[in-house]
Amino acid sequence: MTRAPSMQTATIQSVANFRVEREADWAAFEALLDRLDKRGPKRLSEEELLQLPRLYRATLSSLSLARAISLDQALLAHLEALSLRGYYRLYGNRTGLGSRVARFFLIDWPAAVRALWRETLAMLLLLVIGGVIGWGLVASDPSWYGAFVPPELAQGRDPSASAGQLREMLFGGGDGFLTGFAIQLFVHNSQIAILCFALGFAFGLPTILLVLYHGCMVGAFLQIYASHGLLVDMGGWLSIHGTTELFAIILAAAAGIRIGAAVAFPGDRSRIDAAAETGRSAATAMVGVVVMLLVAGILEGVGRQSINITGARYAIGGLMLLGWCSYFYLLRARSRFDHG
Amino acid sequence: MARPGKVSRQDNMSSAASSVRELVTPEGVPLGIVIGSAASRFMALMIDFIIIGLLMLALFLLLLFAFGTFGGNAMKPIAIVIALSGFVLRNLYFLLLESRPKAATFGKRLLGLRVVSRDGGPLSIDQVVARNLMREVELFLPFMVLGSMAATGDAGGWAVLAGFVWALGFSLFLLFNKDRMRIGDLLAGTWVVERQKVKRVDDLAAGGTVHFDFTDAALDQYGITELHKLEDVLRSGDGQAQRTVADAIAQRIGYTGPIPDDRQFLTDYYRGLRAHLEREVLLGTRRQDKNDL
Repeated sequence: MTRAPSMQTATIQSVANFRVEREADWAAFEALLDRLDKRGPKRLSEEELLQLPRLYRATLSSLSLARAISLDQALLAHLEALSLRGYYRLYGNRTGLGSRVARFFLIDWPAAVRALWRETLAMLLLLVIGGVIGWGLVASDPSWYGAFVPPELAQGRDPSASAGQLREMLFGGGDGFLTGFAIQLFVHNSQIAILCFALGFAFGLPTILLVLYHGCMVGAFLQIYASHGLLVDMGGWLSIHGTTELFAIILAAAAGIRIGAAVAFPGDRSRIDAAAETGRSAATAMVGVVVMLLVAGILEGVGRQSINITGARYAIGGLMLLGWCSYFYLLRARSRFDHG
Repeated sequence: MARPGKVSRQDNMSSAASSVRELVTPEGVPLGIVIGSAASRFMALMIDFIIIGLLMLALFLLLLFAFGTFGGNAMKPIAIVIALSGFVLRNLYFLLLESRPKAATFGKRLLGLRVVSRDGGPLSIDQVVARNLMREVELFLPFMVLGSMAATGDAGGWAVLAGFVWALGFSLFLLFNKDRMRIGDLLAGTWVVERQKVKRVDDLAAGGTVHFDFTDAALDQYGITELHKLEDVLRSGDGQAQRTVADAIAQRIGYTGPIPDDRQFLTDYYRGLRAHLEREVLLGTRRQDKNDL
């Protein structure tokens, strides 16, 4: 019985001393975090940076200990918030945006696109089917045209336009009309691409419908021009940017379908987990799609206005398609080399 | 598991208890994080939009100045650049700022928010990208649906209304789940949490002189919950509340002597009670409140 009181006294003493002994570490950690927030990691000395994980672990172990022995709630709240700040600093984010960007273009993007090859083929097929349907319907009854092409996009290019008018629009050069139209079409197509991706998680159905609809629209456009004997010229007008743009839309849809499939058939995972997991890898492909859409926008806004020769338009469109395909599907050797 | 720090912090912060989630660090220590409220998310977004709007305006004026010297048809190239750069600028703004160590746009920083990976691991660039691309759709979908429906003109008023309600539900998805996740957050596996900074304050039990001495019997009257309430009252500095609490304690422990200074009396009782309860904790008993004997 004589031992118990002395042990008690000793332990009470240690609770009281707990704070006094460790407070310097907490203050140092907080000051270091403040400096990091204010000046960023590059302005700190090597020694200070080495201190960071040590002080973080010291604070975390203080927190664990305080939870076990202390009833000072202000202290516990402070230690928990401080630990969380340190946690975010150490684990919160992967820095090195520059090397990440390089890695993205060299490895991640082509790999993400390659991983979607099945969906990509399916969406290409769907777009072609849509195109055939659009063509067929407008050929059988021109009034279908209005159903596929919204009037603000058509801008007079409807079945009633004469061959001269249509031709003028293809080779109109830099007049205001076409420039404005090109921007509108770019915005429109970007929206379609993003929608194809974003609506994928509704089991992919909206994506399929959108791709079909877009195919119908392109088919209807082509039919109108073909009926006036301008198919080859229209193909050139479309292909200079279209190979890039339609490829981008197909990839966006493929990424959306991948998410939709994961949500519909999650396997062992929960639907939310499945969506999150596929969402992340599909998003990589999607960033690339945005880059492609920008390239398409530049080709459309600048290239198509200044290049008025159908052959040159085909050449550029074909080269772009060849470039994208070899970048996505042939760069494989490079990435294997990088990993090896 | 008893987590006194966590419970008490909920009282200090205005957020409801249901907004606290547990995050386990790689070292195995659970930390409480507070989900950002829908109101502060909205405010942060508004601030970001204002900043982006100002950037666009500056770009427009710059272009006007640059192209203006050539005269004539300057508006067309400007319109192209603005249309393209609006899209790029908006997305770059969110992507670049959220992929930095603070993982927050200026709006989020002002509102004390940051983006965190839901699995407790590091927030990757891919996640930032996924959540921000979805924003394009979540926000603009209602307008696009409405616009395209009205433009094609083949949908009646009710169809437009139904479409709008559906699209709005898409945009306001955040309000319909407890974790305040946008669809972008859902796909990216992220959530937006409050950045907490809690100042270190002096220990109430440390230092100072002791005027009142309490017996073990007097200290046995209360538990941890009351101890924490007493700490709040002492830290609040509210004289009226201290008066009330001092009277209540004196009555419960049967103290009949004079109390010349409420604060001194309460501080001494707090000191005694905390040492008493901490001793019990060390010996393996956590007396939760006065009814837990």
